Amino acid sequence: MAAVLRESADARSPRVELRDVSLRYFTAAGETQALDRVSLRLAAGEFVSLIGQSGCGKSTLLSLVAGILQPSSGDVCVDGAPVRGPSPRVGYMLQQDYLFEWRTILDNALLGAQIQKRDLKQARERAIHLLHKCGMGAFLHHYPRQLSGGMRQRVALARTLVTEPDVVLLDEPFSALDSQTRLAIADEVVDVLRGEGKSVLLVTHDIGEAIAMTDRVVVLSRRPGRIKSEHRMVFGGGQRPTPMQARARPEFNDYFRTLWDELDVHVEG
Amino acid sequence: MAVPLSLAPAGDAPVAANAPSPEYLAWRARERRRRVWILATQVLVLAAFLALWEVLARTHVVNPMLTSYPSALWPAFLDLLRHGDLVGHTWATFKATLIGFALSMGIGIAVAAALWWSGFAQKVLDPFLVVANAMPKIAFVPIFYLWLGSDYSVYGMAVAIAVFVTIMVVYEGFQAIDPNKVKLARTLGASRAQVLQLVVLPGSVPTLIAALKMNIGLALVGVIVGEFQSANAGLGFLILNGSQVFKLNIVMTAIVVLGLLSGLMYLAIARIEAALARRYA
Repeated sequence: MAAVLRESADARSPRVELRDVSLRYFTAAGETQALDRVSLRLAAGEFVSLIGQSGCGKSTLLSLVAGILQPSSGDVCVDGAPVRGPSPRVGYMLQQDYLFEWRTILDNALLGAQIQKRDLKQARERAIHLLHKCGMGAFLHHYPRQLSGGMRQRVALARTLVTEPDVVLLDEPFSALDSQTRLAIADEVVDVLRGEGKSVLLVTHDIGEAIAMTDRVVVLSRRPGRIKSEHRMVFGGGQRPTPMQARARPEFNDYFRTLWDELDVHVEG
Repeated sequence: MAVPLSLAPAGDAPVAANAPSPEYLAWRARERRRRVWILATQVLVLAAFLALWEVLARTHVVNPMLTSYPSALWPAFLDLLRHGDLVGHTWATFKATLIGFALSMGIGIAVAAALWWSGFAQKVLDPFLVVANAMPKIAFVPIFYLWLGSDYSVYGMAVAIAVFVTIMVVYEGFQAIDPNKVKLARTLGASRAQVLQLVVLPGSVPTLIAALKMNIGLALVGVIVGEFQSANAGLGFLILNGSQVFKLNIVMTAIVVLGLLSGLMYLAIARIEAALARRYA
């Protein structure tokens, strides 16, 4: 009975849902409204990106879904259940890899499994499999300082996926990489995440990255963060192009212009 | 399988040319000569110091009653070894230093972890720690003698001198951990104890090594000061006793042994550091 209910819930209700979520910060200097009545749905297997200017609350929103912040009002749900704290269902990839320099690559990838007290033997197999898939199979027993930035971020991806989350949050995951590496790694990351059937919420400054990597782009207004508009990224010709292919499509430039206008960027001197 | 970018792992040794060039060999020879010169000069400086001391004392430019002579130290050393239980005194100081060192490291790390755990406790205790650390601990020597007796007051002094600065250094090391590493662990569901065990403690190993180095020296200071007051064994006792009966040979010999002891303990810590640095640096 419960199983049936759950299955139908999976089919109908979104994987991640934010309903009228507001968040205020308090500091000695005063209070800040970071997010104002944000509502957002993310279907299973969907890739959504959030763009907006610095300080619009994009990363805050990810912290809410990850369960490391609680909203001041409104609800954050994953598979219909309110988020009360960090959960193995949600994986979070931060701006930098934050690999622990005292652990080998394999041990770094196993961090989440160790914290969640999973069967380490099984997790080890899965980690080795994922590291191979991310092209890091030859470096299992290396230390992070021996790797380049792109390789380190691949390990961080494997670390996120070892604990088998359904939802993966990406917080500007490539911002610390040089531009060639980030183009190459975006293709690989999307490939791995689509292959694993994850739902993805990507926060980025990079309009091109948002268009190329995700199915839907959500534009947030300046503080307090509100949803300004949403744009579906549709590319002609059947199958969705890889991020690199998408950049070469004519639609890419149209979307780019639209989103640029939406962002309403003023360079402040 | 995705193919990784052709970025070679950094940190490997540079690729050596097949045959070293004559310039490279000349550079290596120069470097070797330089190392020999440094060592030779170090020996020379020591020899000059000892020679000057010997000559000044023998010609009575300085009073040998007050300074002894280097050449008198060796016989004094042998005499102490045979009849004065020098080994026993050195062992007593060494043992007390190790115990004081272990105690202040253990207490220091435990208290620092407690402060890290409770931000409230840290805020409350901060000014007290600062005052306790700034206090000249030597002032406690007579008090410890009364409280702890002649045996334990030596340990008490070692801990008193080393523990507060250990707490502060280790706590600052804990604070210096990248908060994003803690955030990462939290997004994976880590409890506070897990953050301490998996992130904060292993991430603080370089700080802990720095604390070890500092601590071994401070513990030795505490032990010697404690022995001045209360002990009937140890190098500190030997130094004080020798000076009271005006046997400067004994005093100087004990000081030389003390110097060797502290040097050896420091080297041992440096060895531990080198072994750990390969993983944690």
